[in-house]
Parts: sequence; C-alpha cells; structure tokens
Amino acid sequence: MLAYIVRRLAVAIPTILILVVISFVLMYAAPGGPFNSERPVPPEVMANLEAKYGLDQPMWRQMVTYVWDVVTRFDFGPSFQYTDRTVNDVIAQGFPVTLTYGLWSAIVAMVVGVSLGVAAAVRQNSVLDYLAVGITIGAQALPNFVMAPILVLIFTLWLGWLPGGGWNGGQWEYIIMPVIALSTSYMASIARITRSSMLEVLNSNFIRTAQAKGLPMRRVIFKHALKPALLPVLSYLGPAMVGMITGSVVVDIIFSTGGIGQFFVNSAFNRDYAVIMGITLLVGVLTITFNLLVDILYAWIDPKIRY
Amino acid sequence: MKLAEPDAKMLEEVGQLAEVRGRSLWADARARFFRNKAALAGLVVLILIFIFAMFGGLIAQYERDFVDFSLMGANAYRGGPSIETGHYFGVDIDGRDLYARTVQGTRISLLVGVVGALVAVLVGTLYGATAGYVGGRVDNIMMRTVDVLMSIPFMFVLILMLVIFGRSILMLFIGIGLISWLDMARIARGQTLTIKNKEFVEAAVATGVKPLTIILRHVVPNLLGIVIVYATLLVPQMIIFESFISYLGLGVQEPNTSLGALMSLGTKQMNNGTLWMLFYPLFFFLITLFAFFFVGDGLRDALDPKDR
Repeated sequence: MLAYIVRRLAVAIPTILILVVISFVLMYAAPGGPFNSERPVPPEVMANLEAKYGLDQPMWRQMVTYVWDVVTRFDFGPSFQYTDRTVNDVIAQGFPVTLTYGLWSAIVAMVVGVSLGVAAAVRQNSVLDYLAVGITIGAQALPNFVMAPILVLIFTLWLGWLPGGGWNGGQWEYIIMPVIALSTSYMASIARITRSSMLEVLNSNFIRTAQAKGLPMRRVIFKHALKPALLPVLSYLGPAMVGMITGSVVVDIIFSTGGIGQFFVNSAFNRDYAVIMGITLLVGVLTITFNLLVDILYAWIDPKIRY
Repeated sequence: MKLAEPDAKMLEEVGQLAEVRGRSLWADARARFFRNKAALAGLVVLILIFIFAMFGGLIAQYERDFVDFSLMGANAYRGGPSIETGHYFGVDIDGRDLYARTVQGTRISLLVGVVGALVAVLVGTLYGATAGYVGGRVDNIMMRTVDVLMSIPFMFVLILMLVIFGRSILMLFIGIGLISWLDMARIARGQTLTIKNKEFVEAAVATGVKPLTIILRHVVPNLLGIVIVYATLLVPQMIIFESFISYLGLGVQEPNTSLGALMSLGTKQMNNGTLWMLFYPLFFFLITLFAFFFVGDGLRDALDPKDR
C-alpha cells in the first residue's frame, strides 16, 4: 500500500512540472505582453517594468525562479494587473468561495444522485425508474450556462425568492443556485452509474442469499448491496470533483460569485500571466490530489484491486 | 431492462442459431441494434438532423449574416417565428434570421463533435493498440504519458491557448483533438491486452508478420466494435465542451456561429421575451445529444462484449 502511494506520488511530481512548462511556454509564445496598451509606454519605463517583474530575464531563468519561489516559499509572485495585490491574495480571495460551493455541489450530487440511482434500480422498470432515467439523460444534456439563467429567471425575477447573484460572505441564499447549476449534470452521471452498478449487484448470488435468509428488503439494500454498488461511483468522484472546479468558470461568470473561475477568465483576457499561472497550477495540483485520493481510497476499500 | 426475460431471449437466439447457420459478428450486432427501438429512433433523428444541417440552408429565405435593420432591437414585437415573413424561427436581437443561423450552428456543432471523435478514433486507437501490443517498458511510458496529460486541467489550458493564439475554429479543433483521444487510448489498450493473447495473433507472429502489420491488420479491426461505441458517446461530450467554450466567447466567432453560441445569446435575451432565440438552438442541441446518447447506448448493447 505504501509503495503504491509512493509510486503514485512519483508520477504526480513530474506531472506538475510538465504543467508548469506547458503553461509557461504558452504564455511566453504569446504575442503582446501584460504592459502593452493602446498608448505605448516609453521604452525606459517598459524596461523598468520588465525588470521589476523579471520579464527581461531569459525564459528558462524566469521559469526556474518561478518554480523555486512556489516550492520554497509558496509564493506565486505579484499580479501584473492588480499592482497592489499578489497572486496569493487573488487566490486567497477566490479559492475559498470556489471551494465552498464546490464542496456543497459534490455533497448534493452524491446524495441526490445515489438516492435516485438506488431507487431506480430497486424499482426497475417502474414509473419511478423511467422518470429517473429521463431526468438523468435530460440533466446530462442541458448545459449549466443554459440552466443557470433559467434558474435566475424563475427564482429571482418571477418568484423573487433568491438573489440573482453575488456571494455576500457565503450566506445560504447565495449558495443555492450556484450549487444547483454546478451539481446537476454530475448528479445525473452519479445516478446513472449507481443505477447500473446497483442492478448488477442486485442480480448477484450473495444478494439472493440474503433475500433467501428472509432479510427485509431495506436491510438487504443498505447493508449488503449498497457498498459494492458504490465502488464505481467512487472512481467517478475524482473526475467529477475536477469537473466541478472547471465548471466554476461558468458559474462564477453567471452568478458573479467571485471564485477563482472568474479571476481566471478575467486574467486570461488581460494577459495577467502571473494569475493565470497560479490558478492553472492550483487546479492542476487539485486535480492530481483528488485523483490520487480517490485511487488510494479505492485500493483500500476494494479487496479485488492489486496495486 | 436487458435481463427482463432472459429465457425467452436466449431461446429465441438459440433457435435462430439452429436455423440460420453462421452469422458474422457484425450481422449479429446489426440485428441486435435494429431490435432496440430507442436506438433506432435515435438513428432516425440523427439522420434528420444531418439532413437539416446539410440542406436546411436551401429553404432559408435570408442569408445568415443578413441584418434586417427594421427588425434590429425590435425583434420582440415584430421578429417572432412566422412562415409569412420567411423567418421560420424568428430573428435575433440584431435582426438576423434565426433559421439560417440555427442551420449553420447545427452544422458547426456536429462538425466539432465529429472531428473530436475522428481524432479519438485515429490517434487514440493506434496509440492504445501500440502500447498494449508492444507492452513492457514502451507500454509503461506511453500510458504514464496519458496519465500525465489527463491530470492537466485542459479547460484552463484551452482557454489560455484561445486567448494567446487568437480565437479560431482551427484552434478549437486543435484543443479538442488534444483531449479527446486520451480516454480512447486507455480503452483501446485494455482491449488490446486481451486480443494480444488470442491464437490468431500468435499465428500471425509465428508466420513472421511484422508487429506494425499485426497491429493494423489483426488488432485494430478487432477493436473496432468498442471504438465505435465510445466514439459515438464521445461526440455529445465534444459538443457540450464546444458550447461551453462558445459561451465564454472564445469559441466560434461571428458571423459564424454554433449551437452553444446561439444558446448563450438566447439566454442573455431571455428576459426580453424573445424566448425563441433560446428555444430553437436549445431544441436542436438537446435532440442532437439525445440522439447520440441513444445510438451510443444501442451500439454498446449491440457491440460491447462485456455486457452480453
């Protein structure tokens, strides 16, 4: 087990380095810098600016300095666009927001998705089952940037129940709609996966044995069937968590929640390299961490896995 | 669903086997596919959508980039869907014919999906088959590379690429091509590992066929079933992905459009009462995705050996 974790970590570190190199090369290749504006800056000022941010150094030098600062001091450098802030400030401001509604979305997607999937599998070919399958297919196809404005239209403009955007320190009214918009498609996927794996488990011999012993159905499902049926869901959780962080780009824009997605898109349009690098790296590290955690959990739970 | 009447189905199939002697894998799969009503309906819808995307422009009364200045900004009152004016789907906020734009949007969205699937099939299959067939250290390096690439947040890298190198359909295709083959490579490799140990491959090795020829002639054709299934299921994913990029304004650029771009315009005008701007693109978007889902599921039931 320990050897497996070490081996996976050994893959994770070069992955992060490759990510750094790719984004660095991309940004270096970009025409136009962060200080190009409609009114050209005098060359002396430009030289000073570039010297301040280290842009006059050769590329490999910039990259090494950057990585060194990140690793040793956890310092992502100053932002090019907001002169009074560092990338760390931007991340510290946006990331807790993304994390808050991301985690809520994960919880909602898991709980609703699994319940729907189990219910559909237990009452296979009933109205409930068809309804669940229909909902999941619809929810997988409807993009969140279409669903979110419809939610705003209904709950904000027509009913006036919920605020149409903003964050306001994360009060619950402000969290509800982002969470619905973000979690629905993952809820649908989880429901589909749960349903099919539950069906498979319910047809297996040990469930027949449990039923033959005369156990009540409730006990058979929750005590015997649920655990093996949830294994495929577990392996889906890694990609789902990552997808939710990525999906925050749209949610942030529609609901103006102020998460890292919003900062990322703004910085991309403003060529604020430092913020882009910081967020890309952060998301990359999160992606790798989630996948690693899920794989380890999976290997730990499922005795069939040989690592 | 599948196991509702196992005995009856099995008897039927056994009976058919006794009567008709020798059916190929493909004939068998075709029969199974055509028995699946949802998949068949999906296929019909898909063909209709393709016809709409290819030839729908012929009955459009207006060019897709023609701006009717008398309707610009007044589409909520006078720009609704109507047969008489020739704007079958109404006009958008800028006075452009929504029918012509929906036709083109459908075409671009389908193109994006199909290109993504094509790259996945070509690159992913060959990559996976090679890794699986050669095995050993080569396999290890090749699949670790896929692992590494999969951990990169591609959405973010693609946004970066589109901002840096300018927004164009080509860049979008490159971005989609970069991601789409990764899953396929894994699937193809896993499947190759089992095919590799079959007798016919052994026979080919024994008669001195070169590895590349074995991969192309003996391994890849046997992968085709599973590859087709996943390619079909990949198309809707790519279409959704493109719509996401278009929503951010980084995808297809005006005067060209895609269903994602049209829907995003539609949602922005929703409160003006011009609901048709959202409805028609959304309708084509959803039925396209549903059709691909159903056809993909049908193909999986018909072709994927795991579920038999």
